[in-house]
This record gives sequence, C-alpha cells and structure tokens, in this order.
Amino acid sequence: MTPVLAMLLCVLAFLATAVLAIFIARANRSTSIIYGMSLAVSAIAFATALTELFASALPADPPVLVLPLGLPWLGAHFRIDALAAFFLAVVDLGGVLASLYGLGYGRHEHAPQRVLPFFPIFLAGMNLVVLADDAFTFLLSWEFMSLASWALVMSHHREAGNRRAGYLYIVMASFGTLSLLLAFGLLADPAGSYDFAAIRAAEHSPPAAAITLVLLLLGAGSKAGLVPLHVWLPLAHPAAPSHVSALMSGVMTKVAVYGFIRVIFDLLGGPTWWSSMIVLTFGAGTAVMGILHALMEKDLKRLLAYSTIENIGVIFVSLGLALAFAANGMGLAAALALTAALFHVLNHSFFKGLLFFGAGAVLAATGERDMEKLGGLIHRMPFTSFAFLVGCVAISALPPLNGFASEWLAFQAILQSPDLPQWGLKIMVPAVGGLLALSAALAAACFVKVFGVTFLGRPRTPVADHAQEVDRFSVAAMYVLAAFCLLAGILPGFVIDSLAPVTLSLVGGKMPVQASEPWLSIVPIAESRSSYNGLLVFLFTVFSASFTAYLVHRFASRALRRAPAWDCGFPLADPATQYSADSFAQPIRRVFGTLAFRARERVDMPAPGDLRPARLVVKTHDLIWDRLYMPIVGAVGFAAEKLNHLQFLTIRRYLGLVFLALVVLLLVLALWS
Amino acid sequence: MVLISALLVQAVQMVAVVLLAPLLTGLTRKVKARLLRRQGPSVFQPYRDILRLLRKDVVLAENASWLFRVAPYLIFAMTWVSAALVPTFATGLMFSWSADLIAIIALLGSARFFLALAGMDVGTSFGGIGSSREVMIATLAEPAMLLIIFTLALVAGSTQLSTIAAFMTSPQVGLRVSLGIALIALTMVAIAENARIPVDNPATHLELTMVHEAMVLEYSGRHLAMIELAASLKLLLYISLIACMFVPWKLATPGAGPDAYLTGMFAYIVKLAVGAAFLALFETQTAKMRVFRVPEFLGAALMLGLLATLLLFVSRSL
Repeated sequence: MTPVLAMLLCVLAFLATAVLAIFIARANRSTSIIYGMSLAVSAIAFATALTELFASALPADPPVLVLPLGLPWLGAHFRIDALAAFFLAVVDLGGVLASLYGLGYGRHEHAPQRVLPFFPIFLAGMNLVVLADDAFTFLLSWEFMSLASWALVMSHHREAGNRRAGYLYIVMASFGTLSLLLAFGLLADPAGSYDFAAIRAAEHSPPAAAITLVLLLLGAGSKAGLVPLHVWLPLAHPAAPSHVSALMSGVMTKVAVYGFIRVIFDLLGGPTWWSSMIVLTFGAGTAVMGILHALMEKDLKRLLAYSTIENIGVIFVSLGLALAFAANGMGLAAALALTAALFHVLNHSFFKGLLFFGAGAVLAATGERDMEKLGGLIHRMPFTSFAFLVGCVAISALPPLNGFASEWLAFQAILQSPDLPQWGLKIMVPAVGGLLALSAALAAACFVKVFGVTFLGRPRTPVADHAQEVDRFSVAAMYVLAAFCLLAGILPGFVIDSLAPVTLSLVGGKMPVQASEPWLSIVPIAESRSSYNGLLVFLFTVFSASFTAYLVHRFASRALRRAPAWDCGFPLADPATQYSADSFAQPIRRVFGTLAFRARERVDMPAPGDLRPARLVVKTHDLIWDRLYMPIVGAVGFAAEKLNHLQFLTIRRYLGLVFLALVVLLLVLALWS
Repeated sequence: MVLISALLVQAVQMVAVVLLAPLLTGLTRKVKARLLRRQGPSVFQPYRDILRLLRKDVVLAENASWLFRVAPYLIFAMTWVSAALVPTFATGLMFSWSADLIAIIALLGSARFFLALAGMDVGTSFGGIGSSREVMIATLAEPAMLLIIFTLALVAGSTQLSTIAAFMTSPQVGLRVSLGIALIALTMVAIAENARIPVDNPATHLELTMVHEAMVLEYSGRHLAMIELAASLKLLLYISLIACMFVPWKLATPGAGPDAYLTGMFAYIVKLAVGAAFLALFETQTAKMRVFRVPEFLGAALMLGLLATLLLFVSRSL
C-alpha cells in the first residue's frame, strides 16, 4: 500500500469516526470511544508521515494518486513529498496529543454532541489540505478544515462573545479562501489545468507572481494570523474547547504556513528579492504586534492566541529570509533560513499545544480564564504547573529548550545577510533581526507574567484556592509535549537533518549533516563561525546546579524555617495587593504601548471631602481594528443601508431595473469591442 | 596533550571566575568608597558576606514554592556556565564551541527568567515591582545586545567568542568607528544588565527605586548567597566579555607555554581591576535615573548598535 493511500484511508477513518460520533455522542462512554479512535487513527497517520519523511531514498518525484472525485475533467490528486510529509507529521502528532488530552478533558464537556463529531472531521480536513495535489482539492479541503474548526469554535455558542468570534471567523475565513481562489486562478495555465504539477511547470509572468504573493499573504496569512489580518484569531481560538484551541493554534496555523510555502516556494518558483521584503515586513510587524497584544492581555487563552500570532511572525521572518537568499542563489543560506522556519513550525506546535493544554487544565480546575482571578496554582496543581513552566521557558526562546534552537538558527540566517547584493535587503535584515530579538525578549516578559500571575504568588479567589490537579490523560499529554520541547532543544541536530530533504526540494540546498558533529552540536556553516550545543548547555547547567546545591547542603547549612513573608516589613494579608497581570505589564505598556496602542493612563482623584476611591484609568486602542476594520464595517453598513431600499420595490420597478441593467451591459459590451 | 591542556584551561577558568567574582565586587565597592572619601570595607568583604550567608538558616516565606528554592541554584548555574564560556585569560577553552555569543546572552536571559519568576513567587508587591521592571529593562537591552553582536559578527565573521577574540588580536582590525560605537553600546547594555547606576542601584534599599534588589527581597541565607554570587559573576562576565573583545591583549592561545598562561592570568586580573575602577568612577559621577528614563538610555544603546551595523554596510573598513 502506498503511503498516500494509507493517509487517505486514515482520513476515511476520521470521517467514519465522525459519523459514529453523530450517533453515539449522547451515550455514556462516547468521549472515550471517539477520542480513543481519533488517537489511534492519528497515531497511524503520524507513523506513516514520519516513515515517509525519514525514508532516505525519497523518490525525486513522488507518485501522484488520482481519484475520480471532484471536478470530472480534473479528478482529485493526492501526493506526499518531503514538505507534505513533514507537515503531515506535525498535524498528526498534534492530533495524537489533542486526542489523548481529550480523553480526560472531554469529560468536562457539557455538550459533547457539539464537539465530538467535528473533532475528527477537523483532523481529516487538515490532513487533506496537506495531501492535496491540485487546486480544486486543496481549496475544497481548506474550506472543509475552516468549516469544521468554525463548528468547533461555535460549540459553546451560548457563552458571551463566542457568537461574535464565530461570525468574525467565518467572514475572515471566507475572505481568505476567496483570495486563495483568485491566486490559484492566476496560477493555472491558460488551458485551465489545476493540478499542481501543471502549475509548477507553467511560466508565471512577474505581475502575476506579484499578485499571487499578495493574494497568498491575504489568504494563507489570514488563516495563519498575520497582522493586520489577525483580528479573528484571538477571539476564535480561545472560544473552542482547549484541546481544539491547541489544535487550531498549534496545528491549523501551520497548515496555513504550509499553504504559503507550497505556493510561493514550490508552485510559483523563481523567487524575487523584493517579494522577500514584503514577507519580512509582515513577519517582523506580526511578531512584535502579536506579542505586545499578548502582554496587554489578561485572559489566559486569548493571551496564548496572541502569542501564536507572534510565533507566526517569527516563522514568516525566516521564510522571508529564505526567499531573499533563494532569490540570490545562496542555497546554503536559504536552506538555513528555511530550516529555521520549519523547525519553528515544529517547535511552536509543541509548546503552544502544551500551553493550551495547561490553560485547559486551569480552566477545568478553576473555571477561570482570567489570570487576575488565579494565582498560587503551583501548590495545588504541581504536575500541570511544572509542564506549563517548561512550555513557558520553551516559548520564550530560552536555552536549553527548543524555542531557542530555532530562533538561534534564524539569527544565524540573519547573520548571512551581508552577502546579499541588494541594498534594501542589506539594511532591512539587521533591523528585522533587532525586531526579532525584541519580540523574543517581549515573549520572555509575557511568559514571566503568565506563569507568575497564574501559578505563583497567593490565590486571588476561592476557586484558585480550591483547585485540584487534573486527570491523568491531560497530564500525560502535557508531559509528552514537555518532553518533546526538551528533546528538540537538546538534540536539534536530528530535527535539522530530517528537514534536509524538504529544503533540498524547495530551495535547492541543504544544511550540512549535523548528526555526525562531535557531541551532537549544531553547526550551520562552520564551527569557527558559530555553533551551539543544547545538550551540553543543558547538562552543564543541571550538573553545576546540583553540584552547587549538594556542596551547599553538605558543607554549609541545610536548615530552613518558615515565616511570614518579609516584604520590607509591610506584609499585607490581602492577596489583591500582589502584582496583577495589568500591573506587571504597566512598565512595558508605558514604554511600547503609548505608541502601539495609544495607551493613556489617567489618575481619577476624588475632590477633597469626596469619599469615593481614587482610580487609575487606563485606555488602550487597537489601532488596526479602529483604522482598518471599522471603516470597512462602516462602508458595508452604509452600502447595506442604501441597498435596503431595493427590497421594497414594486414589480414594475424591478422589471424596469432588469431592463436597464440589460441595456447597460449590452452598451458596455458594444463599446468594449 | 592539546585535549588535556584545553580541559585544564577550562577547569581553571571555571574555578577562577567563581573565586574572582566576589573580589571584583569588593574592589568596585572599595574604589567607590575611596572616591567618596570613605574608608570602605575591605575588598574581601563580599567573601565574608557570602560565607556568613551560607552558614545561616534560610527563612522561607510561608507560601514560597519549590520554584523559589530551586531558582537560586539554577540562576547561579546558568550564570556560571555562561561565565565559564567567555575567554578570560586564554582562548581555546575546551567547550567554547558549545555556545556562541548569542547562546551565552540567551543563557543569561534564562537566568533572568527564573529570577523574575522567583520575584513573583511569594506574592508580595515588592517582588512584583522588581520583576516587572526587570523584564521591561530586558526587553530593551536584549535587542541592543543583538545588534552589538551583529556588528561584531560582521567585523570578525563569527559569533564564536574565541574566533572574535583571535580576530581582535590580529593586526587587520585597526581602529574602527563601528567598533568604538559598539563598545559604547555594549558598556551601556552591561550597566543595565548588571543593575548598576544609573539604571539601578545595587546599594539601595529604598523600595521604590529598586529593581534587582526588590526581586530578591524575600531571599535569605544560602539562597541569598547564591543570588549574590550569581550577580557578582554576571558583572565579571560582562567585564570579561568587553575585555576579550576590545582589549584582548595577552590572551594565551592554545598550545602556548605555561608562562603565557601566567601572563594571561595576570593581564586578566589587571583588566578586571581596571574595569572595576572605571565602573566605580562612572558610578560616582552619575545619579540614578528615574525608571522611565531607562528606556531612553537603552534606546540610545539600541540606536548606537544599529548605527554601528549600518556603518559596516557603508564600508567594511569603518
């Protein structure tokens, strides 16, 4: 059986699971059955994808499977090349862990019939997008994935805000698909063959390529969450149940990245240097704006969604670098940048999944998503909090975990930029590097806030005080991901090597083989230029920390006594005196927010003799929403208002309008030729 | 033979940085006191402080978690590992390839991450104020540091510290405007990173001005000793970093004789003393800034870093 066929059978099995879920959703053990089946099928699909990725002798031209479905003259094409195999592995690993987590977390679901049928469909949709090898199948699967995730977003439709989130999501998803539709329309050759092989072989004129890039940025970018198309993401991702949020943030955004890579690197071919400047601009802007939004946020899940936007920005920065190097024929540097992008795709799927699982665990234990009502959970949820801490360190791009490994590769790629011939890029890339470092530092600040406010300190509400550790399935899923975060961080060489076939097929270069480096270091170009060894850094840190602790405990003192907190002599008993999420972000809000959000602080001081409390009023504006979306919303509303009159005309006037329209069209046609 | 000498150099360096770090802090304090016409404590006072703290009981706040107790050792270990990888008296350290300059700075970032978390752990307002200000300073210092690294990497063609140091000793460096600007920017970043005047005051216990001291307010005994030692080590690290890149004289190269190593060690101690004297002189000349002036200070470092990079694009020889 060919791998493509195996994957399609897995998709079929997902769909069968969904059908089964419709019938048994209300039954007693339905949660275990459906998530168990999803787990098994995803595991098989993951194993298939991984085997395919590691199959050293990947045929240069993997076989295409054509099924007589879809458009009658086209059929449905499916194919797995190295790129698809990598993304299938990411998707299905996410599926395995979300299902595992769902086994426990799903029991808290009060309306399982709204979640269970759509969960396997969603997984099937994401797999199909990556498997598709013609434009029609691709778009159909893309819509399938969007609609399935929309249904999951709407599963708690009675909760405040969720319907608006769902509405915004479906509008943006339709807009994105429309852009992709137009992009494929431009790409298809005049004969109208929509299979990817024909598109790849066709010549694309520079204007068409430019418009395709813009359309792709709109289409795939809106799904991935590129600023300014991100507005739906922080509303829709948190609205879904937490394991679905993890899938949407950790995996579905990566399917969008896959779409972008597939079209821009593979189908379009012949990258141009200015296109990389567009991608770099969007990427860097997205990274910084996403994490600044996250810093201002106090809803745990929405904060994580904003941080997804940041990571998408980081990925697009690396993709932009890869385009710039590829356009100038620098194969090795392009491979380095593309490896950084794909490595970050993998890493983000690990730690964002982990963090959303953790947020779900907190939600299940306390019923709260607002960080300012939590605190002190490290005492009550020790397992969750440790795994969450690992995720926080990893996402903050700190060594020795995995987030740093991919950002380090991105910085190494940036350091190759002096060899670029174009002045625009030469000047732009260091600035982008500075922004990348800024977003990494802001991410660290943001996740100090997340962990510090949610898990450390004293409980701020009774629910946080009485939280209980979550079930063992949820904990297991979190620990598997935490282990992956550590492994990918200390053994990055293996990941880089497994990405070599992908970069070789896309940019015609690959990084040197890393597995043969001594001590499992990673060396992008030459050891005299740069090298990093996560394993040794990890071992040294662990060893010196435990050695020091041993020495101190053995020879100095091990006595310890508990006492009330010192706090400069004024320990206040009220937990509300602790730093909250808002107050933690205040210095950063003052430094960056005055520009980015027009944040203004005002002290509302009562007049002497007035007994009301003084208040600090903070106002922030989402400038993108105010400046870009509100005018559009206004214009659509205005047009609808005007066109509304057309609904209440007499039949004579309708006939008159039809006649008029016909005459005008005929006139236009006559004048045109 | 080369392997053994590399291992030996690495081991000596690991021990030397820990032993010299409190002396550096003591020397800075002594020079500062003398400049203020005070007698000042002995330069060995930090050793006595640390030993005294090590022997004392830990008084732990009631709701401190395991993180609060693990963090001091982790912070110390991460700072120690970073300091052990910066060439101090000799290049060709056994493990210098395990982390380049970016990774060393990021590892210090990990240490800061845990320190900021420890500040939040007990749930007091001072811990929070310290942590939130510390991360704000870090968000400005890290991009500036990256641009400085970028400048150095453009000049030396590497982010590997031993390669940079070897390049800087070679005659092809000469005087460069970009390197001068990078040195100023790096000094500014180092001052901010080490919580020195004018960004933060290591001697203060006036609550509203504290950043670093506020974060560690709840620490006592051996935990505090670890934190203090890590802070001294970080200061030593930054001075060594500046020394190995901008005044790399007498750095022993691999395979040199024992006298070269001895000269290297002597030169290193002299460099540290000069660094401490300059730091003390600078600190007595300036007043501490308001917290929200720090972004302007670090913004200037960031702009200098960018300027240095752009100068190198105009001409590789600037």
